[in-house]
Parts: sequence; C-alpha cells; structure tokens
Amino acid sequence: MQEQRGPVYRLLLAMVGPHGADDCFQETFLSALRAYPRLPAGSNVRGWVMTIATRKAFDHLRGQKRRAVPVSELPEVPVTDPESNGEPELWNAVRSLPPRQRAAVVHRYVFDMTYEDVGRALGCSEEAARANAYEGRRRLKKLLEVSG
Amino acid sequence: MLRTAEVDDLSARAMAAFRDRAEEAGLVDVAYATIDSPLGELLVAGTRRGLVRISFPTEEHGLVVEELATTVSPRILEAPARLDDVRRELDEYFDGERTRFDVALDMQLTHGFTRKVLRVTSRIPFGSVSTYKDVARRAGNDRAYRAAGNALGANPIPIVVPCHRVLHADGGLGGYGGGLDVKRFLLHLEHAID
Repeated sequence: MQEQRGPVYRLLLAMVGPHGADDCFQETFLSALRAYPRLPAGSNVRGWVMTIATRKAFDHLRGQKRRAVPVSELPEVPVTDPESNGEPELWNAVRSLPPRQRAAVVHRYVFDMTYEDVGRALGCSEEAARANAYEGRRRLKKLLEVSG
Repeated sequence: MLRTAEVDDLSARAMAAFRDRAEEAGLVDVAYATIDSPLGELLVAGTRRGLVRISFPTEEHGLVVEELATTVSPRILEAPARLDDVRRELDEYFDGERTRFDVALDMQLTHGFTRKVLRVTSRIPFGSVSTYKDVARRAGNDRAYRAAGNALGANPIPIVVPCHRVLHADGGLGGYGGGLDVKRFLLHLEHAID
C-alpha cells in the first residue's frame, strides 16, 4: 500500500493542488488502512487506493465550494517552483475543470488508465468516464488556446 | 507537473504525517522498522503486546512484511518510533553494554512445543550456552532434541530470544537461521566461545 504514495500524491496534486494534497493524502491512507483488512486477497491495490484518493479529492473540492471563499481572495499559488520543469499553465487549467472532468482527464492522460478503471475510480460507468475525459480535454484545449 | 524527486519528497513527508495520525487513531496493529547492526540491516516488528519478529538481512524484508500482514494483521505500517526501545536495546547489546533484553515479547507466531522450547531458551543467560538435548528436556521431552532444533530454527525473534546459545552436546555449533557466521559472531560477542 505504501508503495502507492507517489502516484497518489501526483493524482492529488493534479486534482486539488499543493495546499489540499497533503490533507487528502493522509485521509486517503487512513481510509485505506481502515478498510485494508476487508480488501479481498489478490485485489488491485493501486487501483483501489487511487479510487479512495479520487473520492477524497471530490470531498475536498465539495468542501471548498461549501466554504465559498471568493476566488479573488485566494492567493495565487504556482503549481511548481520556478526551477522545476513543470507546465504551470497546463496544470492550472486542469484544476479549473469541473471535478469529474478533472479527475477523468488526470486518470486517463496522466496515469494512462483504461476507461473502465477511470469509471471505477470516479464511481461512474465507462461511458460516463469517456464522456468526462473527452469534455475535459476539449475544454482544456480551449482554455490553453485562449491563454497561450 | 512536479519533478519525480519533488513528488517523492513531498509524498514522503505526507506519508510521515499519515503514520503519526494512523498511530494516534490506533490503526496500526504491527509496526516495523529496519535497524542497522553489525550483522547488516535487521527488520524488527512489534505489536501492542511486544516485539514479534526480528529478521536477518538474509531474509527478504518485503516478504517478511507480507508474511506478517498475513499471519498477524494486515494493518502493518513502517513506524520506526514505536520500535525505539528495541533499537536502543539492540544497539546496547551490540556495543557490549547490555546482557539482557527488557523489551516485552509477543510470542504469537509460535505454538506448542516450539513456544516451550523458546521460553526455555530465553532463560539461558548471556555468556553461557546450552545443548539441544538440554533444551528439549527442560521443555518437557528429553528425547525430542531434533524437534527442539527445528523449534529453534523457527525462532521468530532471534538474538533477543537467544537461540544462538544452543549448541550440540559435542560442542559443535549446530545450525542457525541467520547462518553459522552470525551464530559465531554472537557467541564471540558474548564471550561464550573463543
């Protein structure tokens, strides 16, 4: 289970950003540890932990919405430090997508998951996962064209 | 996205915070850690009851952890702080400053005759040795010296339960799970053999 920390952290960074990632990460592994004894032997541990992480990210984003902090008051948080070779515009754009599209895009294009597995992680059908990834990708393209 | 090294660093810190919270929440049934020793890296594991396992570098640590997850509890986590006492006592032992271990033991990985043999063995003092035959007799079956040998070979907590102090009656070293070099090393350390 602990071997999944890299992928899980990466997923959460992409989903909720650097400020929420730590908390979601801890919540993910706490839930996983609680549920682990009930996980059938031979299960896909990575897929399972990633699914929990996705749900935690959704919870986090819902909570954020409820707290309704005006967007203008949020500090600008760069996704990466200036020296890193990341692509801040891309990741900021990813995080401007609605949660389900964001999750679908990250699972599909960052982690190369099949739509079946994306659906499982998001708790929806394969078709819905495909539609969310497609719509997310379309929006991303548009966003990046406008800003870049 | 971030570079791999950065994600590694950030996720390691988040993992440490998670471990603390898991401990606080009482979710960790088995804690394990690796400890440097003159014998190489030892894997030590403990439950709330006490030290449950020590494994030598010759054993694949990953497999030992998996085995503990199956036999003791799947709620197993690397949590070095919980094994600080074990680490300190082992350090002192290898430095020649400790002749008796005081940490509590959890013998749940042993049963029946094996447990009896190991209990008898844990009473052999630092610096002295016993024989398979004698250990078998004290465990209640003086003809079962072969079974006693097997029991000692199955010792889940070597060093602390000093199965290295059991030799053949003719003075031969007998066997040892960690290898005979390790047995010899420990007996030298305790000045039990020349």
